[in-house]
Amino acid sequence: MSTKMSMAKALNSGLRRSMEGNEKVLMMGEDVGRLGGVFRVTDGLQKDFGEGRVLDTPLAESGIVGTAVGLTYRGFRPVVEIQFDGFVYPAYDQIVSQVARLHFRSLGAVKMPIVIRIPFGGGIGAVEHHSDSPEAQFALTAGLKVVSCSNPNDAYWMIQQAIDSDDPVVFMEPKRRYWENGEVDLESAPDSLWSSRVVRPGRDATLITYGPMVTTCLQSAEAALADGLDLEVIDLRTLSPLELAPVYESVRRTGHAVVVHEAQRTLGLGAEIAARITEECFYHLEAPVQRVTGYDMPYPPSRVEDEFLPGLDRIIDAVERAREIGAN
Amino acid sequence: MSAPVSSSASPNSDPLVQLLTPDGQRVTDPVYSFAGDTAAIASLYRDLVLARRVDTEAFALQRHGELGLWPPALGQEAAQIGSARALRAQDFAFPTYRDHGVAYCRGVDPVQLLPVFRGTELGGWDPADHNIALPQIIIGAQTLHATGYAMGLVLEGAVGTGDADRDAAAIAYFGDGATSQGDVNEALDWAAVYRAPVVFLCENNQYAISVPLERQTIIPIARRADGFGMPGVRVDGNDVLAVHAVTSAALQRARDGEGPMLIEAVTYRMGAHTTSDDPTRYRDGAEVEAWKAKDPLDRVRALLVSEGYGDDFFAELEAEAEALGIRLREQCAALPEPDLADLFDHVHAETTVESREQQAEYVAWRDSFEGSTA
Repeated sequence: MSTKMSMAKALNSGLRRSMEGNEKVLMMGEDVGRLGGVFRVTDGLQKDFGEGRVLDTPLAESGIVGTAVGLTYRGFRPVVEIQFDGFVYPAYDQIVSQVARLHFRSLGAVKMPIVIRIPFGGGIGAVEHHSDSPEAQFALTAGLKVVSCSNPNDAYWMIQQAIDSDDPVVFMEPKRRYWENGEVDLESAPDSLWSSRVVRPGRDATLITYGPMVTTCLQSAEAALADGLDLEVIDLRTLSPLELAPVYESVRRTGHAVVVHEAQRTLGLGAEIAARITEECFYHLEAPVQRVTGYDMPYPPSRVEDEFLPGLDRIIDAVERAREIGAN
Repeated sequence: MSAPVSSSASPNSDPLVQLLTPDGQRVTDPVYSFAGDTAAIASLYRDLVLARRVDTEAFALQRHGELGLWPPALGQEAAQIGSARALRAQDFAFPTYRDHGVAYCRGVDPVQLLPVFRGTELGGWDPADHNIALPQIIIGAQTLHATGYAMGLVLEGAVGTGDADRDAAAIAYFGDGATSQGDVNEALDWAAVYRAPVVFLCENNQYAISVPLERQTIIPIARRADGFGMPGVRVDGNDVLAVHAVTSAALQRARDGEGPMLIEAVTYRMGAHTTSDDPTRYRDGAEVEAWKAKDPLDRVRALLVSEGYGDDFFAELEAEAEALGIRLREQCAALPEPDLADLFDHVHAETTVESREQQAEYVAWRDSFEGSTA
């Protein structure tokens, strides 16, 4: 059975299904209850599951994550919402010093089945601190797992898989894609949470991306057809651990790799992915791995965010640059 | 910037709940009383003595190079034993790195306090075995964990049922320095808002490493409770009877569903912050001597002597403490060395391909050396 819905609705449906399946699953965060979240991702859950399952918390991000840690000691599986990407930093200490480490510190005695949902990324004309892409800061933290969905079907399944995980998962939700519709298969999960996927096959170059940029890369691939370019697009889905086997297989065929993300370039995911492609595919590369990213500045005023964010032209330009190098 | 001052208050301006004076006289308090008999006091004294012995032995082990570091609890035994002995089996404690006496009272073998400071482990025990979390090093972070735990008790209906074996509470330990941390203030707020059954036990030992209480607060810590909407009590932290009485009442109140409470146990860190610290750089000997006269053990011993406890009791206890010290020495040296290869197995609950690859890389590197034991 499949049905069409938005990513926000798909996440909502996935959360609902997890709550139905396990009474220890809790929703926590600012405005997640009565309001249903500022993006309505938890809409209706408090009404149906009660204030004991969907907690409108005080306005304190460290408190949200810190109390979630305490709840896990009683067997709860908290799903916490950080209202916006830029608000996660007050919780950073609890995430990296506690959530990420307690399993390790206790030699496995303490499990941290916490999901930290973060609506992230730009493109919505927001004010400052509402458009950040902090995923690399969590992906580089040992002990955490980080994933990002790009479409409603993945959103529906990945959130349930993240909640089922006994490891802490930072769940990056591309907020600008919340209202894009897609078919959701309600019967069976498409893939493991820890897998990447080729979402468009192609011959000439490999675009490697995740989250909000998957749609942008697919659009780039369509546009590139006019230039005679056939681009493969890979949706990483999991950012930590990285699952790059499909990337290596693809790059060995195409000889060209372009990593695309909204986050700033320096020490972003693209740096790690480029390093690994170089390690694994060195003799197949016809050009250095290219990166199309946000620039190394704090997220800019929204009137120029389209200049800051990777778009079709910059992505196709990077592909052509790589192919020129390869042709020389 | 000059030191913060207030004309109307000082951090030490309020009276203390006290049930046993420094010279061993029992006194009464209008609200709090110690419920136990003399045998119960002797039992508390035994724990005070043994906890101190653990502490002094571990300090010596550090000086002998067996531990990398030790944060002494010397002088704070009454605050730790008095409060932890008020816990029931089903309660749960969230300690700091200095709360050796609390862990001891929860049934943690004192030997298991040593791995963290010997560098062989980052933990030492399974929290579920003793209902006490691992020692927290990040200042104040555990107060939120305790609050979340207590919220969980409410959600599970393990509060206010009247069943003495079911109703439970959490207790969060932290110091005076921690009261400046955001996490502690968030925890106090959350606990009040959710009416969570958690007792905040502040061991006010007057110093955060070198920084005195006056740089953390200009009013008594206990007074802050009012701003968060919970009772606050200032207790003589070197009086084990008073700490026990106040904590027992606070825990019962929490178990009964009446919400959180803040206890400021006023004590003194007689030793250094850790074995790496030199307190002579920031406090003078006269201050330390003045607190020596308020020793938490001496006053209980004086009381017990006046109650007829004789040399046999104290000699037997001394022998028990000595045996514990010897056991700590022996078992410290026998603590197993960690194996870096094994630690990869604990980074995640479900290990990753990346982690397994790095584990294999490390093992292959290690095994490539001649004479490798692996």
